[in-house]
Amino acid sequence: MCLGVPMQVKTIENDMAICEIDGVQREASLMMIDDVAIGDFVLIHAGFAIERIDEEEARLTLRALREALDQGLVPE
Amino acid sequence: MRHQNEYRDPELACAQLQAIREAGKGLDRAVTLMEVCGTHTMSVYQHGIRSLLPEQVRLVSGPGCPVCVTPVDYVDHAVALARREATIIATFGDMVRVPGSSSSLLHEQARGATIKIVYSALDAVTLAEDNPASTVVFLGVGFETTAPTIAGAILTAANKNLHNFFVLCAHKTMPAPMAALAGDPDLQVDGYLCPAHVSAIIGAKAYQPLVDRFRVPCVITGFEPLDILQGVLMLVKQVVAGEARVENQYRRVVKAEGNQKARAILCRVFESCDARWRGIGNIPGSGLRLRDTYTRFDAARALPVEIEPVVEHPGCLCGEILKGKLRPADCPLFRTTCTPEEPVGACMVSSEGACAAEYKYGGQGLGAGC
Amino acid sequence: MKSEIILLGHGSGGKLSHELLDDLIVPILSGTEPRDQNDAAILARQQGRLAFTTDSYVVDPIFFPDGSIGSLAIYGTINDLAMTGAMPIAISVGLILEEGLAVNTLRTILEDMSAAAQKVGVRIMTGDTKVVPRNKADRIFVNTSGIGILLHDLEISGSNAQIGDKVLINGTIGDHGMAVMAHREGLALTSDITSDCAPLNSLVEELISGVGCRLHALRDPTRGGIATTLKEIAMQSEVEITLQENSLPVNPAVAGACAILGLDPLFVANEGKLLAFVAPDAAEQALAIMRKHEFGKASAVIGEVTSPNKGKVRLQTAIGGLRAIEMLAGEQLPRIC
Repeated sequence: MCLGVPMQVKTIENDMAICEIDGVQREASLMMIDDVAIGDFVLIHAGFAIERIDEEEARLTLRALREALDQGLVPE
Repeated sequence: MRHQNEYRDPELACAQLQAIREAGKGLDRAVTLMEVCGTHTMSVYQHGIRSLLPEQVRLVSGPGCPVCVTPVDYVDHAVALARREATIIATFGDMVRVPGSSSSLLHEQARGATIKIVYSALDAVTLAEDNPASTVVFLGVGFETTAPTIAGAILTAANKNLHNFFVLCAHKTMPAPMAALAGDPDLQVDGYLCPAHVSAIIGAKAYQPLVDRFRVPCVITGFEPLDILQGVLMLVKQVVAGEARVENQYRRVVKAEGNQKARAILCRVFESCDARWRGIGNIPGSGLRLRDTYTRFDAARALPVEIEPVVEHPGCLCGEILKGKLRPADCPLFRTTCTPEEPVGACMVSSEGACAAEYKYGGQGLGAGC
Repeated sequence: MKSEIILLGHGSGGKLSHELLDDLIVPILSGTEPRDQNDAAILARQQGRLAFTTDSYVVDPIFFPDGSIGSLAIYGTINDLAMTGAMPIAISVGLILEEGLAVNTLRTILEDMSAAAQKVGVRIMTGDTKVVPRNKADRIFVNTSGIGILLHDLEISGSNAQIGDKVLINGTIGDHGMAVMAHREGLALTSDITSDCAPLNSLVEELISGVGCRLHALRDPTRGGIATTLKEIAMQSEVEITLQENSLPVNPAVAGACAILGLDPLFVANEGKLLAFVAPDAAEQALAIMRKHEFGKASAVIGEVTSPNKGKVRLQTAIGGLRAIEMLAGEQLPRIC
């Protein structure tokens, strides 16, 4: 029961935000997270933002994945 | 799609698979890795991950499908409520086709009941507001990712002073069942892929007691295919090195302490209780029930109905499947008596149940290379 | 029309019925052609084999981005004819109206139908109207039947797909289903996804002229999406089809809406798409023909017929894995799991 979609915060009004993914928008509740800013990426589950996506950690994860490729571990 | 497509890159996938094969050379036997989240089950099937892993790395599905582990009498209770006068059942789509002892919500709809599929529990609250003459019952099923959202909906209903909004609760929590499985002598689980979004709420630290008690590697893993491959790699490396630690692959979302605000909302509305898991039985402290302050929203207490006696199919092996002891293909009913059109047990009807996923995506003898 | 809403009397054959026909239905649907007031329309003698199809439309909501039940009812039947390579010559329209339907709503739907028929160049030659009491129908149900003429001797059929054939599609998948679903109450998605509802007869005509007998099968993937249609063809032709996930054209907004609701675009309905099975040596030419057409700009080769493994469809996933594609038990439902 965990389907979550990364969406970007477009507008905030009190505890509700309009979030967007590729032009599709939906309202989501921000009651479970603090300090959200417009432009942040958040994980949306069942109409609620359950966590903010940490851009720096995302970068590090992708870097680790790319390193495995660069180390020439791809088979012939 | 930002924060999604990057984790579906075929070249990066190839590199991870090669790394898994390399790491796997250090294994002296096949390893069994278990995921305990329906969303992981779905993702593994949808991306064809099993067709890519080396033979000695075996991925098994555990009791991660909240719909599958919900006892039959819950569905019977929902059906009984659906038959009430002026009652709207609001539910996530996942529950609609689950068979109860003699009926399902879909069948009840065909017989005249009002069943509304909602995307969010807040939509159910809006339904109650817009239909003051109706009783709205929301089916509260799900783990710690979803339970806080239902808590949020109840708080919203309380703020709006609604008297026609109720929840039929069957929420359950991790990692209690993981401990039950890890302690099962018949089950050899060498490592757990821990659920991504449940972990976002409960935090990576929540799995430390499991590791301390059972010395089983736990890696919190995201749902994208590259996340899963990276998580598998991290588990294989731990097994080869004889380690047992909590590791976090999904660091861009999961923090060590989790989402404390979400947990606070959860604890304000719910308290821990024992719960029955279909196929496993009673697991102490693994369920959630409404606190006294909010019991007026409890459909089970506020709306008495007659519930039919439970009838379970004698040959149904959902329990063994949920524990990862059997694979869907091992069940004699699989594909013969039990199909998505005529499901016998919840594992087949829930869209992310192991049997439904195997039926839809598994196929026969699918091999692939990298 | 004196009344603003449809009354039971409008379907009972008397004065009100005639008023509905003469003031609204006939003028809008038959354009400038005088209508014969007979029980059946007479068609001129035809050269060539005839194709005949029927379909009923119950879509909800009746108006959705870039379409309505009216345009859908015409294009859907035109497309069924087109999938056999038949060019449409006549359409019938049967209406079942719910008592209380706003006349202006009916007027808009009829205008959409007329515009669609004119775009295709087909005549609406006959029809029928009934009215049922309130709550016995969901505003309006439409049935259209179509007659088409086969100007070729080809056997374009779902049982004719052959090993080695390339599978082509004329554009993005899942647009219609998501346009309709995003508009439904309770899911509250805002997007600019529009239905892909479109007539495919001229595209098919060009394909047949261009590649002739190298075109083995055609089908339009409506309800159930391309997955269901490919499975049907795989079973009918007794072959295995392999799809490439990385080749599937998907509108990012459709992918986004599907991600939110937990739906798979492979199983989402289309209304302006066709799947063409073409011999491998003609595939490039077919693709070029499709890409030049108004309704084929985003055409792509999405797979091929790989083996005589009867009735199987597989998908090579984005990361290189393999998974099977089966038919769904029922409609795809939004999920959170």
